Amino acid sequence: MAALLVKRRWLSVSERRRLLTGLVFVSPWLVGFLIWTLYPLASSLYYSFTRYDLLRPPVFIGLRNYVDLFTSDPHFRVVIPNTLYYVGLGTPLAVATAFLLASLLNTPVIARPTFRAIFYFPSIVPATVIAMIWGYLLNPQYGAINAVLKALGLRAIPFLTSPALAKPTLIAIGMWGSGYYMVLFLATLQNVPRELYEAATVDGATALRRFWHITIPLCSPVILFTLVTGFIYGFQDFTLPWLLTGGGPSESTEFYALHLFRNAFRYLRMGKASAMAWILFIIVVGFTVVLFKSSSRFVYYADTNE
Amino acid sequence: MGVWALEAGKYLLLIVLSISFILPLYWMAMSALKNPWQVYAIPPIWFPVPPRWSNYWEAWHVDTFNLYALNTVLRYALPVTLGSVLSNAVVAYGFSRIRWPGRDLLFSICLATMMIPGQVTMVPVFIIFKHLGWVNSYKPLVVPAYFANAYTIFMLRQFFRTIPTELSDAAHIDGAGEFTIMWRIILPLVKPALAVVALFAFMGAWNDYMGPLIYINNTKLYPLTMGLARLNASLNQVGVKDLAYPYLMAVSTIVTLPTIFIFFFAQRTFIEGIALTGLKG
Repeated sequence: MAALLVKRRWLSVSERRRLLTGLVFVSPWLVGFLIWTLYPLASSLYYSFTRYDLLRPPVFIGLRNYVDLFTSDPHFRVVIPNTLYYVGLGTPLAVATAFLLASLLNTPVIARPTFRAIFYFPSIVPATVIAMIWGYLLNPQYGAINAVLKALGLRAIPFLTSPALAKPTLIAIGMWGSGYYMVLFLATLQNVPRELYEAATVDGATALRRFWHITIPLCSPVILFTLVTGFIYGFQDFTLPWLLTGGGPSESTEFYALHLFRNAFRYLRMGKASAMAWILFIIVVGFTVVLFKSSSRFVYYADTNE
Repeated sequence: MGVWALEAGKYLLLIVLSISFILPLYWMAMSALKNPWQVYAIPPIWFPVPPRWSNYWEAWHVDTFNLYALNTVLRYALPVTLGSVLSNAVVAYGFSRIRWPGRDLLFSICLATMMIPGQVTMVPVFIIFKHLGWVNSYKPLVVPAYFANAYTIFMLRQFFRTIPTELSDAAHIDGAGEFTIMWRIILPLVKPALAVVALFAFMGAWNDYMGPLIYINNTKLYPLTMGLARLNASLNQVGVKDLAYPYLMAVSTIVTLPTIFIFFFAQRTFIEGIALTGLKG
């Protein structure tokens, strides 16, 4: 009753009608959010405290999964630095590649749409196909790249078969597929007012200084956006490493998503996989918060309207 | 010296970069046409003469790729596309064209869910679908598409907000309900945006490998991506026969073809769609 009265004071009849209409319209998302996000988040926290193999009911074991992961799991100890290397180096490099390509295309260029299409295209090729192409190209015995090296009298490079080179190779393939960000940056760059550059040129600023003092600050919100989404997607990257290296050689490309998948669906360790999922969740949230908090230092917002 | 050298350098750089971006895909298309004796030739053959077109037909029939293609399109990509367009249009409308208390709070929760990696919810979601008896069917991959997703909602909302409110106001005065306004006035105006949503949804399903890997065990239900991975695995097992790589590249090319078609017909739509998600908001 009291709640009703409070509600009455807060919301008029027409407001309540609009609330109802609004909720009806967003209900597909709202229901989906409850079933496929909120409930799974809560239940995976519960599963992470259990031993659960899908066949027998879950057994509560407290913090065992977490303790084991950090103290006695020889694989997890490799997976964490692997992933941090891959995401921490791969994402900034892909973003930087995309930004440089976009800056290059933002200068007066003949046939800009053609170049843009060429740089963009690899990013929409199915990951499965990318794995097939590069697996073939980089093959030490049959691949074209090593064949060219051998024809030039050089030694073959074990791109995917040496633990030291596998991660950098995957990162390079990621840079090749960074065209999506390039399109994003190009759209941003084309919105930078010409007058700013003209004024700076009049003041005698060199091209490099204009790039550093005008282009980068004005694009910094989009750079931040791409870094954040890039990190989040980087942690989830699965298909390419799974098909190209399968986590090898000697676990050098066993990344977080691969290891989680293996534990959940190959070894049916649902409890342990849930613990890994929650650790990943905390890492990603932490990463994002740190990026956004520190962003006020290097991100420049031209105006306050959205 | 000076301007001319700089310009020449720029185009040289652009051309070198373009070649390195396109070369792997060119290699795929050309390798698909090689004869057995051309596969291991050193130096590598970049343009096989004569092209062996029959590789395509033979490779496609090494496995049941017709079935995989049908599974991908009819069981997965088309139902997902339909669900994604319908649900995201309605939800984005509710988040942008109707003013209601609590809307912005709920929308920020919606945006926050974009930060949650799929792996975090993967295990419990699998357990839900296992209890429903949906494993080994496309339902776990298709049904969630009918419940909208944050990224697409966000993109469509950006489009919806560019339409002046006066349009809706006038219809309101005429006594039209929100659903009528959406269906008759707003959606016809954002057809290009809905096309972007449809394209992204179709390609997402077409390219998906991890989803089917989790849920589909029956080879009769395999999508193309899993069929391709299977061909690759059998290639490794049997050892490299002379035409194994041309076959693999032929099927890879076919799997890439729809992407190429969509890309050339809808490049503008695509690029506008991407630009809108990144700017503002």
